[in-house]
Amino acid sequence: MSTAGEVPIFFKTMGSDSPKPRQKFCGMFCPVEGSSDNKTLDFDALSSTKGKSDGRVIDRQTDISQPRKVEIRESTGKEALQNLDDKRSDRLLIKGAKIVNDDQSFCADIYMEDGVIKQIGENLIVPGGVKTIDAHGRMLMPGGIDVHTRFQMPDRGMTSADDFYQGTRAALAGGTTMIIDHVVPEPGVSLMSAFDQWREWADSKSCCDYSLHVDITEWHKGIQEEMETLVKDHGVNSFLVYLAYKDVFQLTDSQVYEVFGVIRDLGAIAQVHAENGDIVAEEQRRILEQGITGPEGHVLSRPEEVEAEAVNRSVTVANQTNCPLYITKVMSKSAADVIAQARKKGTVVYGEPITASLGTDGSHYWSKNWAKAAAYVTSPPLSPDPTTPDYLNSLLSCGDLQVTGSAHCPFNTSQRAVGKDDFSLIPEGVNGTEERMSLIWDKCVVTGKMDENQFVAVTSTNAAKIFNLYPRKGRISVGSDADLVLWDPDITKIISAKSHNSTVEYNIFEGTEVRGGPLVVISQGKIVLEDGNLHTTEGSGRYVARKPFPDYVYKRIKARSRLAELRGVPRGLYDGPVCEVSVTPKTMTPASSAKTSPAKQPSQPVRNLHQSGFSLSGAQIDDNVPRRNTQRIVAPPGGRANITSLG
Amino acid sequence: MAERRGNWDKAEDDLPVYLARPGTADQVPRQKHGGLFCSVEGAYESKTIDFDALSVGQRGSRTPRTTKRDTGLEARSPASDCKSSSPRLERPAASRDSARVEIRAAAGKEVLQNLPDEKSDRLLIKGGRIVNDDQSFCADIYMEDGLIKQIGDNLIVPGGVKTIEANGKMVIPGGIDIHTHFQMPYRGTTTVDDFTQGSKAALAGGTTMIVDHVIPEPGSSLIEAYDQWRQWADEKACCDYSLHVDVTHWNDSVKQEVNTLIKDKGVNSFQVYMAYKDYYQMSNSELYEIFTFLAENGGIAQVHAENGEIIAEEQARMLQMGITGPEGHVLSRPEELEAEAVFRAITIASQTNCPLYVTRVMSKSAADIISQARKKGNVVFGEPITASLGTDGTHYWSKNWAKAASFVTSPPLSPDPTTPDYLNTLLASGDLNVTGSAHCTFSVAQKAIGKDDFTQIPEGVNGVEERMALIWDKAVTSGKMDENMFVAVTSTNAAKILNLYPRKGRIAVGSDADLVIWDSDSVHTITAKTHNSAAEYNVFEGMELRGAPLVVICQGKIVLEDGTMHATSGVGRFIPCSPFPDFAYKRVKARKQLAVLRAVPRGMYDGPVSEFSPMSRGGTPSASARTSPTKQPVRNLHQSGFSLAGNPAPRGPPTPDDIPIRPAGRRIVVPPGGRSNITSLS
Repeated sequence: MSTAGEVPIFFKTMGSDSPKPRQKFCGMFCPVEGSSDNKTLDFDALSSTKGKSDGRVIDRQTDISQPRKVEIRESTGKEALQNLDDKRSDRLLIKGAKIVNDDQSFCADIYMEDGVIKQIGENLIVPGGVKTIDAHGRMLMPGGIDVHTRFQMPDRGMTSADDFYQGTRAALAGGTTMIIDHVVPEPGVSLMSAFDQWREWADSKSCCDYSLHVDITEWHKGIQEEMETLVKDHGVNSFLVYLAYKDVFQLTDSQVYEVFGVIRDLGAIAQVHAENGDIVAEEQRRILEQGITGPEGHVLSRPEEVEAEAVNRSVTVANQTNCPLYITKVMSKSAADVIAQARKKGTVVYGEPITASLGTDGSHYWSKNWAKAAAYVTSPPLSPDPTTPDYLNSLLSCGDLQVTGSAHCPFNTSQRAVGKDDFSLIPEGVNGTEERMSLIWDKCVVTGKMDENQFVAVTSTNAAKIFNLYPRKGRISVGSDADLVLWDPDITKIISAKSHNSTVEYNIFEGTEVRGGPLVVISQGKIVLEDGNLHTTEGSGRYVARKPFPDYVYKRIKARSRLAELRGVPRGLYDGPVCEVSVTPKTMTPASSAKTSPAKQPSQPVRNLHQSGFSLSGAQIDDNVPRRNTQRIVAPPGGRANITSLG
Repeated sequence: MAERRGNWDKAEDDLPVYLARPGTADQVPRQKHGGLFCSVEGAYESKTIDFDALSVGQRGSRTPRTTKRDTGLEARSPASDCKSSSPRLERPAASRDSARVEIRAAAGKEVLQNLPDEKSDRLLIKGGRIVNDDQSFCADIYMEDGLIKQIGDNLIVPGGVKTIEANGKMVIPGGIDIHTHFQMPYRGTTTVDDFTQGSKAALAGGTTMIVDHVIPEPGSSLIEAYDQWRQWADEKACCDYSLHVDVTHWNDSVKQEVNTLIKDKGVNSFQVYMAYKDYYQMSNSELYEIFTFLAENGGIAQVHAENGEIIAEEQARMLQMGITGPEGHVLSRPEELEAEAVFRAITIASQTNCPLYVTRVMSKSAADIISQARKKGNVVFGEPITASLGTDGTHYWSKNWAKAASFVTSPPLSPDPTTPDYLNTLLASGDLNVTGSAHCTFSVAQKAIGKDDFTQIPEGVNGVEERMALIWDKAVTSGKMDENMFVAVTSTNAAKILNLYPRKGRIAVGSDADLVIWDSDSVHTITAKTHNSAAEYNVFEGMELRGAPLVVICQGKIVLEDGTMHATSGVGRFIPCSPFPDFAYKRVKARKQLAVLRAVPRGMYDGPVSEFSPMSRGGTPSASARTSPTKQPVRNLHQSGFSLAGNPAPRGPPTPDDIPIRPAGRRIVVPPGGRSNITSLS
């Protein structure tokens, strides 16, 4: 793309990625009808103007041969006059960019105002006084969405090193313009108050738009009501449950089943931290008994099988409850395989590898440098298998994994040192929000595993779709938020704690050389990164509410729930002998594998078996349910069919 | 067979020769003499071979197959019955009646020689084709006192011997049904088949040993339950038996009891339940502890694999929807839940390095997970049962309630009609290893306890009688497996897993005289009218099967001939199983040696340490970045950093590393604040 000779051809193909526009009138940036009035090029024009764009490109080519810098021009002279009042205008024009969405790439100019994209097309007619960025054909894509961060997370009286200010700054520096953080209520504390607490922190400090997942750390009726409030009134549509952290956050299978049922009814997404906490606890004890106290014990006590097992279990529960599932932090090959298999069987499940699992491996746990080894501690742990990152990148490219987060939750070395004599006390979490986009570009796009469109899909679009932010986020189209990144595929940089924006002393990608990085980052229509300088404003981030029932996820779920209606078999009444049963309390009865679960014995008082058989009207306690009364009426009591006959 | 051989290869002679169990090891005969039936050397001298000779004999019998035919022919005398009968084998249907087995009692002069015992224990089978799991060959078998004394041609036997002319029919080791529930108590009633009835049915089907499950009520003593079962079985069983013990609750005293059962009571397999919430179900942590304990003591961990918690939820949902019939049983227990539990059990077993045995493999997905795990190298065995191999779960939707209810068992039969075929294929390929019946029959009246609520239907199906014939019909007749594999899955593998091999599960000198003469041509139809179980309904009703036992010999006595049973209740002996079966534990032991973990020697951390408030359970804020609180009690962090001797700061009970296995070297090599600054970043 950089070589001059290729350029014309390259640009010619641009925009032709999707041969047929899906709709007659608007096509690519759908809300066009209205927008074509104000001179925005509508879609029909685009393909026809392609010839024209060739000419323009060649013009620009000369620009490119000059220093590879993006020019940002302030409005001058006359233009400034037209645009009297606001000196520091929100108006921004990006010229000559190659716009990359998840479905196609094409060349066009973009005009935004008030933090929203107003026009896309060529030869836009824009008001004066507009700041103009000349992109010189570089890629312009939707800003990244980091679906998993834990900024400012409290842990046993400590707080993770990056608060919302530093964290979002780091995110912006890496080309991520939206983060979704996890609210972690302490068990015993109401979800609402924790949510409000996080809102307060983030509103005062966040530099980019954010949204919040809420973690379910315990389960009772009150939580269910709070979840309902959060979904209906506070724009939360995803809840995380933990299968690990025994006796603190961990929920039992039954609880998970119930939570998933509630989540499905509310139209939210069930997220799972998948590790078998029971086994982890046992293994931790065993490893400590063996005298292994360093960070290597962390990975030894959490083998990847334990992760795969929990993923498999949550897939099973999700299938039973017909609830969409989202696995956070996919760290190992086997866990990713389980997800890929489940998807092949049709389960609605999404997998989120994180920057760390895509970029590095767990061999560092054996580092002689304790601080370094401890910096890698996160759960599930990084896999010691060095081929894991490559494998996960491949699955990400082929669509078996869909979204990427960072699980950014770094702690300082002195905080980590809490666990210097016992790995199980080391606070967990790694950095990655800043490195995420560059790292995926380097590992996937540079190596040819995925194209730039798929890159946009896994770094923002899919996340926006799953969490119902699409097309406001995750797409460049008229009406979308002006969160954009001008991407330079040729920048090379070496990741180091010396230069990164996080406050931690150690960067787990230390020394990794990555190609590709953001040149200009625009958040809410403002330039926040240019020339390597960050211009962030603390507290400018808005909370983005998310609606339940995202189409991307729930279309299939809804169809299935219609199908999944079960029917009983209409039978005559049993009129044969019935064995006497000693109705004994649970623990008394001898029973066996041939026994049935007594789970509903407590809740369900003994039914009067004789009575129900003779009720003609069919009015029963459980009648609101689709038990068809034909079942009871067709065969009159003691009548027609003797169902005890054998044969 | 490939599977079998794979196991030979793995099993290596790490034991002294005298201990080497015949058959477990390898294909190569270890001794020069003693060709095919090897018995020979000692056999001719004193007609009775004692057990010491066992190893010699059997090892010889494991001659490589390539030489089998030749030696067989050479060894065979010209007048051998075997030879005369072999043509008959080639045209089986032609002379049906002549293919009958003749049993001759000792007559005339012979009787005189053998004065005292009219009903001799001595028995000679002539002209049979002996089928073991590794090879088949023609030879005569002479038994006495319930043991096989000689195998070979032209045996010299004492007079007064009852002789069976096998006419070239197959003689196979009697079947071992590794999973039965006879006389099982259930809410004040018991299953309709007690040990007499049940073992009779077993014998009628060619099964000469059963392994029953002892089910102690949760909270009660395992040993008491064991004694109770022993008492019942000793009184009534018509064939040899052994016992699994189900662990229905877990604490230290149960641990002690398990230990006693393994050491003194001859039990080496224990079943745990992942289903039956609030009743038998074990948590993951308990499973981990049980598996760890069993792995240390050489037991086999059996699991009933279903996710009980989700089942309970699903059952509640079904009932709410108004589904109360037997179809609710299968709807509330989808096969995914079985597969999930199998997966989890395998994960835990692999963490604890414990051999795992999955009872009742009922669905394709569960079987798939087992075979995948085996490919990854886990030591796991799967047991499909007669019902899952022979029928499917479509019957749960039968309009006939009694019929539908009679199929109720857990995990349920899969509604997918291709399941039986699939499981038979995996059985033939060696991905599944053993077969049981899970025979646990209830009368229709008992099943009717749950007529208005499927969760109350007592669970269990029949199958002990049909097992052998059904597998023959489904797997051998259809060409999926050969007769040797048939022997492997019906008896040999079970004997190996239970550490009863080669006493059971093999026809060899010194083995128990539990034999079946198998007629591969007989055709019979299964029906409740003719079966030996007391149940009114047979889940295989109307199925036509080829293959059946002609003669069944148990403990050296003929118990079935001409379709007539001669079973005596109470003759069954308890067969103790010893721990650490080679078949399962050789690999486990080798892995244990490898699995030693090492800590990384590091300098001491001498940087600043953050203050932190220790977690109180469920108290403090924390997150995914939190760690498991099992290690609760607060450690004095400052202190431990400065300790020179390497005894760590005192700690609470959950982390018993106060008695430090913790290598002291690690702390001494680097003096505090010394040499390497481990906090430096680079």
